[in-house]
Amino acid sequence: MSGEGLTVRDLRVSFDGFTAVDGVDLDIGPGDLRFLIGPNGAGKTTLVDAVTGLVRASGSVRFAGQELLGRPVHRIARLGIGRTFQTATVFEELTVLQNLDIAAGAGRGPLTMLRRRGSVPEPVSRALETTGLTGLRDRPAGILAHGQKQWLEIGMLLVQDVRLLLLDEPVAGMSHEEREATGELLRRVAEDRTVVVIEHDMDFMRSYARSVSVLHAGKVLSEGTVAEVQADAKVQEVYLGRAAEPAAVPVPEEA
Amino acid sequence: MKTITERLRVPGAFLLGAVLLLGIAPVALSDFRLSLLAKYLCYAIVAVGVSLAWGRGGLMVLGQGVFFGLGGYAMAMHLKLADAADTGEKIPDFMQLYGTSDALPWWWKPFANPAFALAMTVLLPMAVAALVGFLVFRRRVKGAYFAILSQALAAALSIWLIGQQATTGGTNGLTDIQGFFGYSLDDPVNQRMVYFVIAAVLLLLMALARQLFVSRYGELLVAVRDSEERVRFLGYDPANVKLVAYVVAAGMAGLAGALFVPAVGIISPALIGIVPSIGFVIGAAVGGRASLVGAVLGAIAVAWAQSTLSDEFPAAWTYLQGLLFVLAVGFLPGGLASLGTVLRRRRTPATPKEEKVVVMAGEAA
Repeated sequence: MSGEGLTVRDLRVSFDGFTAVDGVDLDIGPGDLRFLIGPNGAGKTTLVDAVTGLVRASGSVRFAGQELLGRPVHRIARLGIGRTFQTATVFEELTVLQNLDIAAGAGRGPLTMLRRRGSVPEPVSRALETTGLTGLRDRPAGILAHGQKQWLEIGMLLVQDVRLLLLDEPVAGMSHEEREATGELLRRVAEDRTVVVIEHDMDFMRSYARSVSVLHAGKVLSEGTVAEVQADAKVQEVYLGRAAEPAAVPVPEEA
Repeated sequence: MKTITERLRVPGAFLLGAVLLLGIAPVALSDFRLSLLAKYLCYAIVAVGVSLAWGRGGLMVLGQGVFFGLGGYAMAMHLKLADAADTGEKIPDFMQLYGTSDALPWWWKPFANPAFALAMTVLLPMAVAALVGFLVFRRRVKGAYFAILSQALAAALSIWLIGQQATTGGTNGLTDIQGFFGYSLDDPVNQRMVYFVIAAVLLLLMALARQLFVSRYGELLVAVRDSEERVRFLGYDPANVKLVAYVVAAGMAGLAGALFVPAVGIISPALIGIVPSIGFVIGAAVGGRASLVGAVLGAIAVAWAQSTLSDEFPAAWTYLQGLLFVLAVGFLPGGLASLGTVLRRRRTPATPKEEKVVVMAGEAA
C-alpha cells in the first residue's frame, strides 16, 4: 500500500434519498497532483466533504494507513489532511500573520497558548514567503484581494504541515496572472505532499494536472493523464453532449 | 516597530485606572457614594468575563446570574454562619424563623470554614460552567439557542432558591449580613476596606483578561467566534476553546457575586434571575463587548444610570434598559468603544470602496 496516499473504496454519500456520491473508488498516490473534474452536481465537493469528515459517508477512506470515516473533523485534520473551500474562509478580523500562526498551532500546549506570540515561527515565515504575502503580514485578512485570500488559505495548509491538501476551486475568480502564480504554487507544494484539486478551469487543469479523475453523477467516469482523459469518448459525451454547452469549458458551479 | 508611547499605552491606562479607583475615588466620594461605586464595580467584574466570553468568544452569555448567584450565596452562607457563631447560635437567624429543625443542613456545614467558602465562590461557578459548557458546546449548541439555555438556567436557579425557603431564605435571600471575616460591616472604615478589595480585584482581573486577549489563545478565540468550522479544519476542537472562555467568565462572575455580598449586604433570587442576567451583559454591550475597557466602563455607567433613573422613573427604566440593549446590539455592535472607528470610516469613503471590490471579486467566483 502507498505510504501516504489516499485510498477511497466504495464511497457513498446520500442526502434524504439523493445519492450525491455513488460508490467512488480512488487511488491517489503520494506526491500526486490530482485534478477532480466533472459537471455540476457530479459529487466532487461532496467527495471532499466526506474525506474531511464534514458529511457522513459509508465505504472506506484510508490515508497513511488510517481509516478516516467516522472520525470528527478536527481529528482528521490532525492526521495531516487540510482543505480549502470554494469561497475563501480566512479569519477576517485577524492579521495574515495571526491566521497563519493559528493554523500552525493545533499541537500547542496550554502554556504556549496563554502567552503572547514572541517571534514569528519558522514555518510561518516560510509560508509567508512561499505565498508572497510577507509584505501584508500585519494587515487584517479581511482586506486581502480574493486571490490573496486563496493563497493565504494554501499558506495556512502549509504551516499546518498537512500531507494531503484538498483544494476546492482554488483559481475560481482569479485573473490570468493569479492563476499562473497559483499553479506554480501548487507545483511547489506538491513536491513533497499529495494535492487534490477540484477545478472547472480546463486550461488550468491541462497546464498543471499530473493525473485527472472525471466524476459524473456520483461515479468515477474516467481516470488517467490529461491526454488519456481528453481522449476518452465517455468524457467527451458528458461534456460535449450537453446541448447548452458548445465548448469544452463547463460553467462554474455554485457561483 | 512600536514607539515608546505605544508601548506605554496599556500600562499607562492601567495605572490611570488604579489611581482613579484606589486613590481619587475614596477621597472624592462620600461613604454612601463609595459603597454605591463598590456595587457598580462588582457588575464591572462580571463585565470583564462577559467581554471575554461574548466579546471575544461570541458566546451570548445571558445567564451570568447563575454564576454570580453561586458565588454570592457561597459567600453569604459563610458570613451568615459566622454571624450566627458570633451570637452563640447554631443556625442562621432565618432558619430559626422558617426551619423545621434546629440542625444545620449537611450542605451548609462545610461553608463554616472560611477557606472552603472562599474557594467555592470561584470553584463552584467554574465547575457548573464546565459541566454545562461540556454538554452544550460538544452538541454544537450556539447562538440564540445558547442564549435561551443560559436564561433558562438563571430562571431555574432563582426558582429553586425561592422554593427552598427553610435552607436558602427563599425570596428574601440571605440578608442582614453583619460581619466580613471578623470586621463589622456597619463600620464605614470596613466598608471602605471592602471597596478597596473590590477595586483591586477588578484591576487584577482586567490585567488577567488583557493577558488572555493578547495571548495566542485570545487570537484563537476570535477565530472560533468568526469561523468555528474553519478552526475545526485546522485541527482544533472549538468546543474546548469556547469552554475555557465560558469557565473563566463564570469564575469572574462568581467572584463578583461573592464581593457583592459584603458591599451590599444581601444576595437574593431577584438579584440573579433572568432580568439581572440580561442586565449583566447590557453594560458590556453598550460600552463595547470586545473592548475590555469599554465593557467595564459601560457596566459602571449602566449600573449608575439604573440606580439614578430607577429611583425617579421606576417604571420607565426597564423599557430604557431594553432599548439600550437593542440599540447597542443592533446598530453599534462594537459599542461606544467602536464609535470613533465607525465615524472615521463614515468620513473616509476609501475603505468601503475597497471592501466592495473584494466582495465583487468573490461573487465572480
